[in-house]
Amino acid sequence: MDFQLTDDQRALKAGVRELLTARFGRERLRAGADDGPPGLDRSLWRELGEAGLFALRLPEADGGVGLGLPEAVLAFEEAGRVLLSGPLIATYLAAGTVDGAATGETVVAAVDGVLVEWLAEADVVRGDATGAEPLRSVDPLTPLHRVPAPGVSLGADPDAALLTSLLTAAEQLGGAARTCELAVQHARTREQFGQPIGAFQAIKHLCAQMLVRVEVARAAVYAAAVTADPTDVAAARLLADEAAVRGARDCLQVHGGMGFTWESDVHLYLKRAWVRTQRAGGVTQSEGMLADDLLAGAD
Amino acid sequence: MDLAYTPEEEEFRARLREWLAKVLPSLPPKPSPDDWPGRRTYDLGWQRMLYDAGYAGLHWPVDAGGRGATPTQHLIYLEETEKAGAPYVGANFVGLLHAGPTIASEGSAEQRARWLPPVLRGEEVWCQGFSEPDAGSDLAALRTRAWRDGDDYVVSGSKIWTSHAEVADWCELLVRTDATAPRHRGISWLAMPMDAPGITVRPLRTLAGSAEFAEVFLDEVRIPVAHRVGAENDGWRVTMVTLSYERGTAFVGEVVACRRVLGELAREARKNGRWDDPALRRRLGRLNAEFRALWRLTQWNVSESQRTGGVPGVGGSVFKLRYSHTRQELYDAAAEVLGPEALDLGREWTLDRLSSLSYTIAAGTSQIQQNIVAERILGLPKGR
Ligand SMILES: Cc1cc2nc3c(=O)[nH]c(=O)nc-3n(C[C@H](O)[C@H](O)[C@H](O)COP(=O)(O)OP(=O)(O)OC[C@H]3O[C@@H](n4cnc5c(N)ncnc54)[C@H](O)[C@@H]3O)c2cc1C
Repeated sequence: MDFQLTDDQRALKAGVRELLTARFGRERLRAGADDGPPGLDRSLWRELGEAGLFALRLPEADGGVGLGLPEAVLAFEEAGRVLLSGPLIATYLAAGTVDGAATGETVVAAVDGVLVEWLAEADVVRGDATGAEPLRSVDPLTPLHRVPAPGVSLGADPDAALLTSLLTAAEQLGGAARTCELAVQHARTREQFGQPIGAFQAIKHLCAQMLVRVEVARAAVYAAAVTADPTDVAAARLLADEAAVRGARDCLQVHGGMGFTWESDVHLYLKRAWVRTQRAGGVTQSEGMLADDLLAGAD
Repeated sequence: MDLAYTPEEEEFRARLREWLAKVLPSLPPKPSPDDWPGRRTYDLGWQRMLYDAGYAGLHWPVDAGGRGATPTQHLIYLEETEKAGAPYVGANFVGLLHAGPTIASEGSAEQRARWLPPVLRGEEVWCQGFSEPDAGSDLAALRTRAWRDGDDYVVSGSKIWTSHAEVADWCELLVRTDATAPRHRGISWLAMPMDAPGITVRPLRTLAGSAEFAEVFLDEVRIPVAHRVGAENDGWRVTMVTLSYERGTAFVGEVVACRRVLGELAREARKNGRWDDPALRRRLGRLNAEFRALWRLTQWNVSESQRTGGVPGVGGSVFKLRYSHTRQELYDAAAEVLGPEALDLGREWTLDRLSSLSYTIAAGTSQIQQNIVAERILGLPKGR
């Protein structure tokens, strides 16, 4: 057993981070939030395709990268960390079956329950989006449509729901880790009562619990990436959703009034985390599956 | 990232399983929790069986009489012994997991030869005399004094919360040898024989009703200077070194046990009808996620220490914070499953619920662990 990142996996993660830092920096993020409505940046999308993000799991013979789920999870964790915009998971799942998805030429959206993310920008939609109406998305960076008849058509892949859940968990993990960093940075520099607020235990303990949630979720998400077991994925999803939502909430609290402003990035993390919790069945379904698992083999 | 065990690791597991299946049926009946001499005999007997089979001191270095097993083998050992229902370390806890490793890394050759083999063979029990009435979380505030008189230290003061004190042969004792030095630099580590004149042990009853720990009063107890491990006034460092022995495996058996209990809870709930309550099902489902994740985090930490050659770092604090909390949640959920039965001390889960309350206090309270995580991992400033 060696449940740690390999050197290659570390390098991949660092590579994705570098690419995203260069191509999707804070100005990019803020431009979408401040000058909305956000459009999809096609050239970025192609660049992500070129970098192999969508083709990670395709065999090399088919022009893919030939890597497994753990690598996909590491890449999506990085995407979640910077709030990378667009229907990333739907496009990733379509690679190999929808022309141009792997290279980032084609943008693919998917119906998930009653919601579709990024419908208007997509070239291809999986599932029945007839009668879809836009709703005023709580997340300024994720346009949403509502379809009249709920259906889950995340893709042709029979594992689409499972993979959507796992990659969502990876994104949540990245976001959660980032909000912990933002909170700690602020706590070290903001001073009140003559000292950094991070010297107050109330703030310290908020930050410590953020890290605990991140590290527990990380172990669960990475393990689910290795086993691809549905119960492991459900567990990973629950913990990562919680780490992301509560992490963003606590980050907001640590930022005080600044945390309540549009100008701060904190709300973008919280809102995105909320959007992600709705994907592929959400919390109730995960909890139900994990409860049933306890009785498995009991009869 | 790999969760598969190597063929060597699987072989180690198979041999261990086979041995456990053979010897566990021959164990004597478990003594009652209040029968301390009986518990001592039982725990030492189990240690002797481990010794004879070559499993004693599995994770200790070979030159200390251990087996030099890898962290993963140690993980497998703890997992399998728990699954098979083998006895816990019990009274051997301090000897095997704290005092022993301290002596192994800081003691002289003579000291190692004197104290380590009896721990491994299940002949001597140790207890830990660190906490004092006025020095708990703030351990460096300890005041038990030791002064030199010829070849002896003369020690006076009092210790509290000393687990297993009544049945221990030795106590790893922290004393103040220099009252004028900065707090952390005036402390020494002594091995105190528990039968020395001047020691009074007064058992303390826990909220669970049994006497698990004790007050230990020291009135001019003479301890040979040769029983000091490490240099005089270097006891703080000597003590901290030991923490690196644990290598992320501290709660392996317990996490395995908690997962079993959770399954039992679900079955009990189905039997008594409470399973029909979706809120309870969701609560148990969430606990399943928690304990699965804690198991993965254990594997993560063990793999990390295997790579770094043994030092677990502060990651242990992250684990302990979440585990101690989740264990309490587990037994609160058990109470929901049991309903009025949760008030019956005859139910095992009721007693376990009571003892789970110590987890956020013993071995560093949750508040102290959060300070550690915030200051040492996240780098937040020390302050008020
Ligand atoms: C079951 C059990 C077995 C034990 N066995 C042993 C043993 O064998 N040997 C031994 O030496 N000791 C033992 N202990 C003692 C244990 O290590 C101490 O209880 C523990 O360190 C806390 O110290 P205290 O009880 O004095 O509490 P205190 O330190 O008085 O703490 C009281 C409260 O104040 C909080 N607090 C204290 N300082 C801070 C701070 N800086 N910031 C925020 N909050 C703070 C604590 O978190 C806690 O909530 C045992 C304890 C238990 C419960």
